[in-house]
Amino acid sequence: MDLSFLATQALSGLASASSLFVIASGLSIVFGVTRIVNFAHGSLYMLGAYAAVTIVPRLLDVSYSPWMFFLGVLASAVAVGLVGVTIEVVLLRRIYRAPELFQLLATFGVVLIVQDVVLKVWGPVDIPGPRAPGLRHGVEILGERFPAYEVFLIVVGPMVLALLWLLMHRTRFGVLVRAATQDREMVGALGVNQALLFTATLFLGAFLAGLGGALQIPRVPASAQMDTAVITEAFVVTVIGGMGSVPGAFLASLIIGQLQAFGILVFPKVTLVLVFLLMAAVLVVKPYGLLGRPAAAGHAVAPEGILSLAHFGRTESLLAALAVAALLAVPLIGDAYTTKVAIEVMVFALAAFSLQFLMGVGGLVSFGHAAYFGIGAYAAGLLATGPLKLPMEAAIPLAPVFAGAGAALFGFFVVRLSGIYLAMLTLAFAQIVHAVCFQWVEVTGGDNGVVGVWPPAWAGNREAYFYVVALPTLAAILFLRRAIYAPFGYTLRAARDSATRADAIGIDVRSHRWLGFTLAGAAAGLAGGLYAFSKGSIDPTMVSIPMSVDFLVMVLVGGIRTVAGPLVGAASFHALKDFFMPLTDFWRLFLGASIIAMVLLFPRGVVGAAEGLRGRMRRRRGPAVARPA
Amino acid sequence: MSGGDIVLEAEGLRAAYGQAQILFGVDLALRRGEVVALMGRNGAGKTTTLKAIMGLVPATGGRVIFEGRDVTRWEPFRIARLGLGYVPEERRIFTDLTVFENLGVGRRSPAGGRAPWTPERLFSIFPNLAEMKNRRASAMSGGEQQMLTIARTLMGNPRAVLLDEPSEGLAPVIVEQMADAVLRMKREGIAVLLSEQNLNFASAVSDRVYVIEKGSVRYEGKTEALEAEREVREAYLTV
Repeated sequence: MDLSFLATQALSGLASASSLFVIASGLSIVFGVTRIVNFAHGSLYMLGAYAAVTIVPRLLDVSYSPWMFFLGVLASAVAVGLVGVTIEVVLLRRIYRAPELFQLLATFGVVLIVQDVVLKVWGPVDIPGPRAPGLRHGVEILGERFPAYEVFLIVVGPMVLALLWLLMHRTRFGVLVRAATQDREMVGALGVNQALLFTATLFLGAFLAGLGGALQIPRVPASAQMDTAVITEAFVVTVIGGMGSVPGAFLASLIIGQLQAFGILVFPKVTLVLVFLLMAAVLVVKPYGLLGRPAAAGHAVAPEGILSLAHFGRTESLLAALAVAALLAVPLIGDAYTTKVAIEVMVFALAAFSLQFLMGVGGLVSFGHAAYFGIGAYAAGLLATGPLKLPMEAAIPLAPVFAGAGAALFGFFVVRLSGIYLAMLTLAFAQIVHAVCFQWVEVTGGDNGVVGVWPPAWAGNREAYFYVVALPTLAAILFLRRAIYAPFGYTLRAARDSATRADAIGIDVRSHRWLGFTLAGAAAGLAGGLYAFSKGSIDPTMVSIPMSVDFLVMVLVGGIRTVAGPLVGAASFHALKDFFMPLTDFWRLFLGASIIAMVLLFPRGVVGAAEGLRGRMRRRRGPAVARPA
Repeated sequence: MSGGDIVLEAEGLRAAYGQAQILFGVDLALRRGEVVALMGRNGAGKTTTLKAIMGLVPATGGRVIFEGRDVTRWEPFRIARLGLGYVPEERRIFTDLTVFENLGVGRRSPAGGRAPWTPERLFSIFPNLAEMKNRRASAMSGGEQQMLTIARTLMGNPRAVLLDEPSEGLAPVIVEQMADAVLRMKREGIAVLLSEQNLNFASAVSDRVYVIEKGSVRYEGKTEALEAEREVREAYLTV
């Protein structure tokens, strides 16, 4: 490796750092003011690229000059800024006071909607952009040729940083943004119209996302996968830099750019893993990121979990027994399709139940629960098909062991954090698992996964496999339910409601949470193992963000305040999905809109809404409840 | 009390945090240019009353009338723009901003041709602030922060100010400066409703007193009168 090679490598690291900073600074500014982690920021970036590949070539037809190119890039960024304004006015301003989990889910709903809209408008084929006039040549650096456009990008980052600094320190808008980042209620009490301030902030954030996307078009074609790839990187940058800190985002971008540029030389396959490991390490040492600070006003991440535990009376016990009996009778009376759906419902019910155990009882919002489901599925699948060729009877019991071990490893770091940083770290760990499954092709089969994960002959037909799933699933759910009602569950709830107070009465909060995290991970892993053998294959979608979101939606559909909610949620969500998905080309749009509607209209879920209705009928009159503005 | 010169009025004001009701119908009035102290023990509802008037805690019942308009359940920024200033108990200055920038956040042009507050005029009341105008607010002492939070609110040129526990946790010499500042506001024609536990401070600055206990007003009268009412003081104020 000679000096010139290292220099160009470092320069390309700087170029990608620069691009990353432009995007991440927007995410960070928006989070700072609105306290919303905007999942749709990646979608805005993607829209920026699509807008640019549409607008820029037309302008270049008019006159082929660098000015036209940059005019097109700016116009695209402004257009995306206006999309951001729309999102703020239509959605975000209704959920500023909602728990952070709901905000994440609602903005993820936007991600799903934008994906389908982009496919409809621009089609599934990648669209390459024009190269920038005047910047098409190469520059000679220490004897190596380096694209001029990359040099230009290196300059853009510091330029944007300087402009943002001027905006933030030399204009009234900037001073208000910085004040609101610290205490937005006080800013309102001083007569500042927050709605306008927030809308303007969203414009700025979306503009930066759009600018980041539009600037990419000479390097990469606009594609429908740009959003999720960039959003995790942008999350990592803002988390490492400190959420809400623009200089922090710059610093973190520089570090990550170099880490990727040189990491690829050492571990070509696992650069993503390196990035996430860096994030985990930073968060453990500096829980609010390099330059971040805890927010002044506390804000709930999770919606209120299980508040009171009613023990089953005679009627409830009878109903539960009847429900189990009816479930066990499904293969006897139902057709093959019903049995297949019932198997999947049971698997997802267990996964959702374990997530509810984590969130509703432990107060730990996991945005990456698919990681443990996926580890279970991959462990079972690879043990059965890999060199060991274990039988199903050995592979499935090992699935929760592997998932539990993974959860224990990740959980060790996770329980050291709280709030949105905790949620982000669970997401990061899930992305590590996803990256390993996706990139370690020799073992995991990469994108295609592994097929041939079949049960042995005796469990080969669906009816028999149904019982293979039913017994461990029911046992695991009963076990977790027992844990919720045991002193362990009470302790977790005490720590959820106030970690400091629980600490003060002598509860070892971290150890309890760690154990809870491990248990929930193992249960999800069991579900994953059972799922792998029912599908006959494993693939990275089982570890993906949409899978984690599915689990969250199941919990929320059922209602996070109830013990039985996730079971109801898994059944209704999966049955609906299985029924509707083949009927429409716009499943994602439909799902995204449903998630948003649910967050806005039924934040307490089906079971919660039913209970609320009962409560309202009991006492017709009560104090007016404060409506979130 | 004649109706015409009342600038701020609460009628049967009720407020709750979730299920916990704090205010059970607070009635009070503030006249133009008057300093009124809202007194009571910890947890009596003083802070909640001020927050409910300002719209920071949603009122669940009753009305708030400011400058002749029903501002109940208005958003805080609209109430502030109508000319009601709010100085919170915890000060809540923007510690990442400089003193000058903090004042800038509060800046609003005055309604109706009065001489507006400028940083220079405020520095004449709070000379300490003048010396540190480019300092970050995080590097200020508690007393300096208390001055800054009042100055920041005055930058909005309010006609009335809600002042939450201005003397709390401050050194005696700073408390004196606070009292001077309140009297200066009064001289400028600004009505002040302040919550206070310290009878000495209230006596030094206020014309009238309301005593609040368990979320409703139990006593109302001239400040000198309260000083004579030993039973009222013992029932609602002494610990």
